[in-house]
Amino acid sequence: MARQGFNIRKQTGFSQIAIACFVMLYMPIILLVVYSFNAGTSIAIWEGFSWRWYVSAWANDQVQEATVRSLIIAVWASAIATTVAVLAALATTRTPKFKGQTAVFAMINQPLMVPEIVTAVALLIFFAMIKVATGYTGLLYLIVAHSAFCIPFAYLPIRARLQGMDLSLEQAAADLYASPFKVFTRITLPQLWPGIAAGAMLAFVISLDDVVITEFVKSAGQDTLPTYMLGQLRRVMTPEINAISTVLLAISVTMVIAFTVLTKVRN
Amino acid sequence: MTTAISARSLRKVYPGTPPVEALAGADLDIQDNEFFTLLGPSGCGKTTLLRMIAGFEHPTSGSLDMFGASLLDLPPYKRPINTVFQSYALFPHLTVSQNIAFGLEMLGKPKTEIKETVAQMVDLVQMSELADRQTGQISGGQQQRVALARALAPKPRVLLLDEPLSALDFKLRKEMQLELKRLQTETGITFIFVTHDQEEALTMSDRIAVMNAGSIRQIGAPRDIYDHPAERFVADFIGDTNFLSAQITSSNADRARVDLSSGESTSARLPEGGARDGQVTLAIRPEHAKLVMPDDGLLRGTLENIVYFGTDTHIHLRLTDGTPFTLRQQNNSETELQFAKGDTAGIRFAPDVAQVLKD
Repeated sequence: MARQGFNIRKQTGFSQIAIACFVMLYMPIILLVVYSFNAGTSIAIWEGFSWRWYVSAWANDQVQEATVRSLIIAVWASAIATTVAVLAALATTRTPKFKGQTAVFAMINQPLMVPEIVTAVALLIFFAMIKVATGYTGLLYLIVAHSAFCIPFAYLPIRARLQGMDLSLEQAAADLYASPFKVFTRITLPQLWPGIAAGAMLAFVISLDDVVITEFVKSAGQDTLPTYMLGQLRRVMTPEINAISTVLLAISVTMVIAFTVLTKVRN
Repeated sequence: MTTAISARSLRKVYPGTPPVEALAGADLDIQDNEFFTLLGPSGCGKTTLLRMIAGFEHPTSGSLDMFGASLLDLPPYKRPINTVFQSYALFPHLTVSQNIAFGLEMLGKPKTEIKETVAQMVDLVQMSELADRQTGQISGGQQQRVALARALAPKPRVLLLDEPLSALDFKLRKEMQLELKRLQTETGITFIFVTHDQEEALTMSDRIAVMNAGSIRQIGAPRDIYDHPAERFVADFIGDTNFLSAQITSSNADRARVDLSSGESTSARLPEGGARDGQVTLAIRPEHAKLVMPDDGLLRGTLENIVYFGTDTHIHLRLTDGTPFTLRQQNNSETELQFAKGDTAGIRFAPDVAQVLKD
């Protein structure tokens, strides 16, 4: 008889626990999506199918404004974070090992480790000082804040891609008379793009989704989609919130699928 | 004859605890148009030496010249030297012809010239039909040809080949050995070939440098190295060898009279700069000895094993003083083994086939 190794799937209760976990994870989301099509005004009592809340969300000025603001911030933040992440990834994989490299690595990933609320309070105080000194109250604060905490999310897939790349390709290019800059533009970059795209998308989704830091940093009238939704909680909740959530969910899922596909692209 | 590459006291130490000396002061002159092979076991420093010539490693000390001018201050992309990498290192996002064109583009050659050269190169390595394929869509042997064409296209003065045949199967490797030799003769480019395969080195090279533990042990034509190994390592690394202890009784410029352990005496070749008297070790190739009647031999031994190899038979003997001795006899219709396992036989070899070793 063949010796069987330990198989967790064969343990009693495994399937039950697994099913319970999936129900807990996905049932609320499914309900949220279902009730976004509710014809009635309740978020808990089903009164038939309708697109009305999608139409009303689309027509809502505040939602429109918040959406545009969220997108502007997410586009800028992901672009800045990705650029910085590419440079950081090159510096930590394509240069000789330097003193304090581990420390630098930890510092780049700081937003993943420091509690978000701490960063949020710190930014609130710091930006308040700048606001007092300069009088500027525009979107730049949010863009800078989002860029900062998006960097590690963009950095990790890009770094992974760079580490996985065959170094002999860059040597071969140098051997074939390519200057270091040409090696980067002609060999490294074309192979790095799946990593860059994946990092940018991850950063985009993270920025789009952020509540805590945005809530602390935003000036009056600078609601993003998530903070607008949070604000609605204090008033009467209608399935309009479900509709907005469903759209956000659709965007995130699309991005995550694209991210997975891109990180799997080999060569 | 012009010297293409010249190294003096070239040394490379990798920092660490303890530091690793990859190359311990190599002196080397490689002639223009030569097929030169660096041969040695892994870790002997041959790849380090090659990477220094390419410019990927910087020597700790010593000098490295190419046609009389120092290479040391030139980065890899400014050296008129190209490399065929062990892993081929083809650019996966480019097609076969784009790979071959890369070096020419970087040199800023005009478009028409690039097109012409690429067409020539693709022809030279017989890849015309696959020129527009991605490199991931061709076989290992074909990738090898593309890597070769890519390195030859910019017409370098010197071509470096880092064990380029090691990933190929036996038959393909034999074909590529002949092909490489043909290309070298046709293009007249100096080839510096790195390998740990002694047979590959013997069949292709004009000259071989045998390396071990960071230093060059012997440089010479394949025949010299094989027939007259200077020391035990070289004799042992290239081909099979019997080692016998002997006593030098008299010597002249390059020959010595030696007494074997059996008491018989023969003539042997002396290495350059080696011992000229006293107790020495002799190397004798298995195919240079033959079996004779016990009383006619220079040595005598008992047959311990007879192994049939198709084209030849290996006969393992134990000499009267206990030393093992292997003898190789070709299998043809004229020779028939007259001895059986357990028999005592004599061993004879011609004067001067025995080589005195330095150590």
